[in-house]
Amino acid sequence: MVQMTQGPDATVEGNPTADAHYEHPHPRKGFFTDTSICIGCKACEVACKEWNRNPVDSDYTLSNSSFDNSEGLGADTWRHVAFVEQDRQRVEEARESGRALVSLGMPTLRRAPGSGAGGADDAGAIRPSTRTGTRSGPLDGPIDASLVGGLQAGPDMGGLDVLSSLGSAVDSSAVDITPPDTPEFRWLMSSDVCKHCTNAGCLDVCPTGALFRTEHGTVVVQDDVCNGCGTCVAGCPFGVIERRKDGIAQPKTDRSPAPGVHAEKPSKAEKAAQPKKNKNAGVAQKCTLCYDRMTDGQTPACAQACPTTSIRYGEREDMVASAQERVAQLHAQGRTEARLYGANPKDGVGGTGSVFLLLDEPEVYGLPPDPRVPTRDLPRMYARAGIAMAGMVAAAGLAFLGGGRR
Amino acid sequence: MANADCIIIQGSNMAEAHPVGFQWVTEAKARGAKVIHVDPRFSRTSAVADKHVPIRAGSDIVLLGALINYVIQHEKWFKDYVVAYTNAASVINEDFRDTEDLDGLFSGFDPETGGYDMSSWSYEPDRAAHSGNPGAPGDSGGNDGDAPAEEDGAEETAQAAGDQYGMGGPELDVSKPRRDETLQHPRSVFQILKRHYSRYTPEMVRDVCGISIEDFDLLARTVTENSGRERTTCFAYAVGWTQHTVGAQYIRTATILQLLLGNMGRPGGGIMALRGHASIQGSTDIPTLFNLLPGYLPMPTVEKEDLSTYLDGIASKKQKGYWANADAYTISLLKAWWGDAATEENDWGYGYLPRLTGPHGTYQSVEGMIAGEVEGYFILGQNPAVGSANGRMQRMGMANLKWLVVRDFQLIESATWWKDGPEIETGELRTEDIETEVFFFPAANHVEKAGTFTQTQRLVQWRHQAVQPPGDAQSELQFFHEVGKRIRARLKDSTDPRDRPLLDLTWDYPEDEHGDPDAESVLAEINGRHLTGPDAGRHLSTFNEMKADGSTEGGCWIYTGVYADGINHAADRETGVADGPAGKEWGWAWPANRRILYNRASADPEGKPWSERKKLVWWDEEQGRWVGNDVPDFPVTLAPGTTPDPEAGGPAALAGDDAFIMQADGKGWLFAPKGMVDGPLPTHYEAQESPVPNVMYAQQHNPTRVTVPRPDNYSKPSAGMPGADVYPLLFTTYRLTEHHTAGGMSRWLPYLSELQPEMFCEVSPELAAERGLEPYGWATIVSPRAAIEAKVLVTERMRPLRIGGADGHGQTVHQIGLPYHWGVGGNAVVSGDSANDLVGVTLDPNVLIQGSKVGACDIIPGRRPRGTDLLDFVAGYQRWAGLTVDSGNEGVTGSGEDAGPEADPMAPPEMTSARPHPPADGPVVPHDPPGPLGQQPSQRPSHQPPATEPRTGREE
Repeated sequence: MVQMTQGPDATVEGNPTADAHYEHPHPRKGFFTDTSICIGCKACEVACKEWNRNPVDSDYTLSNSSFDNSEGLGADTWRHVAFVEQDRQRVEEARESGRALVSLGMPTLRRAPGSGAGGADDAGAIRPSTRTGTRSGPLDGPIDASLVGGLQAGPDMGGLDVLSSLGSAVDSSAVDITPPDTPEFRWLMSSDVCKHCTNAGCLDVCPTGALFRTEHGTVVVQDDVCNGCGTCVAGCPFGVIERRKDGIAQPKTDRSPAPGVHAEKPSKAEKAAQPKKNKNAGVAQKCTLCYDRMTDGQTPACAQACPTTSIRYGEREDMVASAQERVAQLHAQGRTEARLYGANPKDGVGGTGSVFLLLDEPEVYGLPPDPRVPTRDLPRMYARAGIAMAGMVAAAGLAFLGGGRR
Repeated sequence: MANADCIIIQGSNMAEAHPVGFQWVTEAKARGAKVIHVDPRFSRTSAVADKHVPIRAGSDIVLLGALINYVIQHEKWFKDYVVAYTNAASVINEDFRDTEDLDGLFSGFDPETGGYDMSSWSYEPDRAAHSGNPGAPGDSGGNDGDAPAEEDGAEETAQAAGDQYGMGGPELDVSKPRRDETLQHPRSVFQILKRHYSRYTPEMVRDVCGISIEDFDLLARTVTENSGRERTTCFAYAVGWTQHTVGAQYIRTATILQLLLGNMGRPGGGIMALRGHASIQGSTDIPTLFNLLPGYLPMPTVEKEDLSTYLDGIASKKQKGYWANADAYTISLLKAWWGDAATEENDWGYGYLPRLTGPHGTYQSVEGMIAGEVEGYFILGQNPAVGSANGRMQRMGMANLKWLVVRDFQLIESATWWKDGPEIETGELRTEDIETEVFFFPAANHVEKAGTFTQTQRLVQWRHQAVQPPGDAQSELQFFHEVGKRIRARLKDSTDPRDRPLLDLTWDYPEDEHGDPDAESVLAEINGRHLTGPDAGRHLSTFNEMKADGSTEGGCWIYTGVYADGINHAADRETGVADGPAGKEWGWAWPANRRILYNRASADPEGKPWSERKKLVWWDEEQGRWVGNDVPDFPVTLAPGTTPDPEAGGPAALAGDDAFIMQADGKGWLFAPKGMVDGPLPTHYEAQESPVPNVMYAQQHNPTRVTVPRPDNYSKPSAGMPGADVYPLLFTTYRLTEHHTAGGMSRWLPYLSELQPEMFCEVSPELAAERGLEPYGWATIVSPRAAIEAKVLVTERMRPLRIGGADGHGQTVHQIGLPYHWGVGGNAVVSGDSANDLVGVTLDPNVLIQGSKVGACDIIPGRRPRGTDLLDFVAGYQRWAGLTVDSGNEGVTGSGEDAGPEADPMAPPEMTSARPHPPADGPVVPHDPPGPLGQQPSQRPSHQPPATEPRTGREE
């Protein structure tokens, strides 16, 4: 599941829109959630609830988990920001595990020979980049370009030559290639969401057809079709989809000044603004990637609200490309803990529509390291069942054959 | 900010409190900028910064002063910039004495008033420019020519002086000072500055701030390597700098540093003042502050009997810069307010203006309420029962009013304290005894009314109305328009002269079908128009068109141009980059749609950009004017190298390199020769309730701070004094992204409330272990004024700091973080104890803001006592510490009283753990410790009105 890189054409492998036999192919849409620039403001959570009129999901007590009080994705919470506090040792482990994912002969990146340990500790931490200009692209300059080449196309000896030849001249070189100081402490924040898998377990197991693949390649529940059987809940390898209990988004007090003062009847608009009790109660609920907004050409509420562009929305192919670019950029800065999640079409769900850049193992964020769509095993199961059945038939036949006549 | 190469966020939790503005930090970081967060807590801002540097709250001047010292010692200052654009070369008169000479005081201190006579801080006049002045430069007689003005200054006490100046500060006695461009004169500002900060060393930073030498070095190198011709560093601060008893000087320190580094007036430089919420900037531009009129004109005081006296107090016609035209701004304002009734004969209606008799800030008003001097109170967009320091004082004040009007979206605690506030629970107040009549008016929110927001970069942005407000909710505009109409109707037959100002007001705004006045018509009035002449009726395009002869009107001179040509430029919405990086077609920035102030400094004295990379405006020789990517903040045809006529005043007196055009001498002030009531150079004083003595000077506190010595506002004894260790811990208050200030806009919203449902405190694992605090259990926090309870978040994000040297003599300072969003009441979705109840009221003398970022407290496990037991609990601590109204309120603590802080550094906090702690759930008064501490009786002065007597309710 977790992987560093892939060619852009890799995404073509699983095109759920095409698989769903849409006559007019739309590009597949998705999210790229870059957790390295998430500030944990939870605007995505609130924007999502506001737009989708989702119920409150809380008994208004601290959930004993840092600043995370919504705990996880569910029927009422379709965006969820995780908060993870980590000490230095854990950061180092994350950096090492991320580096291990890069089987590209990268070690020369880590520490320039000659600069030594002291150099890394001293000069590394916040060394102002001497790169001039305000170019936003991280990949300009020969060394960066070689890095990207290496990342995308496998070991590039030319690039490595450039790197290793820097040697002790590293301090005055144009690009800072020493890793940053390992911080004493870090606080990870990450906004989770439905993955809109290429091979979606929920959709595969839905007996009513309430879950469907949209023309944008996303997976959406039709509230009025779902019968609340709950099969999809077990079918999702990420634990995203859930049946809604009850609960309402009713403010404790309304906007009228005082009881009795507000004489006029609430207008139609006001009535509509009041969510009905138990909206979609008992029905399976999850992120729709704001299907209603998307069909109007609008950005999903969470991405629209995100102040730092940590959540980006667009064509999935572009999302994966910018995610790869960002990982390369972070690795070039020595932040080898960065890795992608959901971009690998060969993983257990065929890749996800929502791609993430993580700074540690997926488990740290509460994500499964190796999610598998339950139906993935069906062919093998049927094959085995077939063998078993054949065996049964054979055994039965043998019994007849061997039994003979009395 | 997006153009910065390095951003230092200090005194601000920007990512949490300003998440939308933080996009520019994210953008800068994506372009390669380094971001360092200096803060007592590791917050969400620290999480995305390149580096977090923990600091002891209240020690920032030492850190910034050490950076200044580093910049000077390592020759990192931007010489060409500093010599040309700052007052580094100006020579200060020989009477000046520094805090280095007087152990923490500047010359001119008057122990009687607790304030400074600023005359000894002034410039030494330039003999050539002040040819009329006899006496050699350096001779104290050199100032004689300006004696009258000086005497004005001398009369002003510290308390009064801070209220009396607008943005321009006081009139400057000597605006053409003697200069020494070599900066070698021992009395030059540069040399004074160098001496003043010479003891602000990395070692001092380690010992005072708790910052390691390595971290300081990193910070210093990062800032200096990202400053200069090619690069710029930006500072961002918020109330973590302002809310101190030396708050204004925190910002001054950063100003000095940024001027030395040449980071002012240039892209990616500057100091970003992050405001508390939407349009707080707007509410100082067109102020809700008692001491200002629109456009930073000062509010008249009783001494300023007529307009000319008032104007003389703002600026001399002879001084440089645009404040010299204050007469045109003021008369245009008076014409906007009183129209035809403002005539030359009646001093343009100057007599209609109310006059100040002294400071009338929030806290003075509350004291007045408690004393029965204030009868009525309007509360708009504010929840003082929760959001103001010493919440109990606020509520007790409101309980002593005749009437109270609360306009808000919801029944906030300030509207319900009379039935479910904390004092009802303790029995101090009984609902049936409270005579205050409380009126609640529902208010329209920002999508239910049109108007503007002005943000921190002075950008005025129009808000369109999206929907009609529900029910009886009204906009502020409608409410006040209606109040005005009704009052005027009542007075319409009055012949009493005191009613003339109300009856003569221009009060005829067009209304829509719902009775809501047209907000654009108000903006047009603020912009101003020509009243007479060929242009009569035309909207003003620039404040330069304002006249002092009554031919123009305009409600706020700095906003002139926002409605130029009758177009609402605040509603401009061009996002394109066709007009360059400044984005000049998005909204409108005051003044004159200028995006970066003092941007003349982005070019060198010859008018060429300091570097191609950081160019903004420059002199175009062929066109003979300033051009560039921003509106030049300079007379547009004033060529570099121009020398003004020595007799000229105002803008005409500006030289070609006087980049700081609003300053009386055209220079950026490293040294403030006047205007800062607590000193010309920022100096480290410990906070009112600091846990440590001031190791830099014998003077412990800011000697000019405004103390409020009252039994309901006790302070902790100063460090080293008996009883100081009863409250050994430091608490600091802050905000969370999920809530809005005192909660009026968030605790009533389920979606926000569920994200941060309960009041909590953040403590380090070390402190939790020391005090037996259980993660996510309850703790009681007690300050010299109150006790509150909170859930405990034990986190490594809070780090104990080692203060006072690495040689084993140091002490550990534990800091506790307290968000202040919750309040006690029955109406919100979520409620809880209010952190502001713990905070005391001691004020910065310049701006009268409370020092709420450093408070003293103790923490124990378990919930707080209930009812009257809570009062006993708080009083027990007070007795234990021997608190009196004088505790911590010493004025001068230097000379003669050295024995105090120096003889006995405060007891290490380890001692306190040996104390018996009250059981978690019991209303137990702490045991009095042996010795003299416990024997001081806690006597309540009898002059308090009964309503405020803390025990009244209980004894009934």
